[in-house]
Amino acid sequence: MSVAPENYVALSAVLFFIGVVGVIARRNPLIMLMSIELLFNASNLALVTYARAWVDNVGHIFAFLVITVAAAEAAIALAIVVVTFRSRQFVDVDEVSALKG
Amino acid sequence: MIAFWILALLMIASAVFVVTARQPVHSVVGLLVNFIALAAMYLTLQAEFLAVMQIVVYSGAILILFVFVIALLSSGTKPFVVGPDRAPRIVIPAVVAAVLALAGITLTALRTPVTVMQTTATNGTTGDANAFGSVANFGAALFTTHLLPFEITAFILMVAVIGVVLIAGDEGPAGLSRRKPKRNIQREPILRQSDKVGR
Repeated sequence: MSVAPENYVALSAVLFFIGVVGVIARRNPLIMLMSIELLFNASNLALVTYARAWVDNVGHIFAFLVITVAAAEAAIALAIVVVTFRSRQFVDVDEVSALKG
Repeated sequence: MIAFWILALLMIASAVFVVTARQPVHSVVGLLVNFIALAAMYLTLQAEFLAVMQIVVYSGAILILFVFVIALLSSGTKPFVVGPDRAPRIVIPAVVAAVLALAGITLTALRTPVTVMQTTATNGTTGDANAFGSVANFGAALFTTHLLPFEITAFILMVAVIGVVLIAGDEGPAGLSRRKPKRNIQREPILRQSDKVGR
């Protein structure tokens, strides 16, 4: 590890906030989901960085769990997108307001 | 050292491309570059097993799922049009908030430096079968110390599979579409050039 872990953590923060801007600013649900994947990846990078810094496996285990949850989340979210598109014929998160109180 | 900076630039550029691309398919390509660069980044952190998992699960499974959904949604009669972004209203406050939080996190991370421990002889060196982050090392931890989280993982995946089949299965959400008549898609009849000329 020739690069200090702070650099990795800073990179992880940069990626995380690029993802946050994507989730907030885009209205295409697919691109929002991809931004969420960016968030997962950024958090994983921080976990793996600290795992290496402390030579401890727990960070790897946790990153593994995050990957699993990301896969499950992507599958369910894409299923919801497909169902919404099938019944409404548009893909815009602002138009899907049937559950609004 | 150089690898880190090249990969970091690649990751940031591809992430920005993912967020700003107009077409979802272009975003998928950017995301693929990002995932592969992240896998290489894991290798620089001696997380060999996680690097492979990153390629297999993310680039192999999740991205293919995205590509399939995009293909499915684009193949309708209507072109795949997406409304305007919230850019004018929200992007500037979002960027300001993101930069502030980013500065906070980076300053905090830089102010509390972490001393990096060297991988000792008991941890093995990179490339050994039992080195830190290798498959043997990871698997031993996963199946002994952290067995319960691993089993919960299996449960999460099972719930996800059942949920996806229930939501997007043939019957629609909980069989609701069975009661509704099928929407039939009107197609314009295709006129050949000779037909038009004949009239």
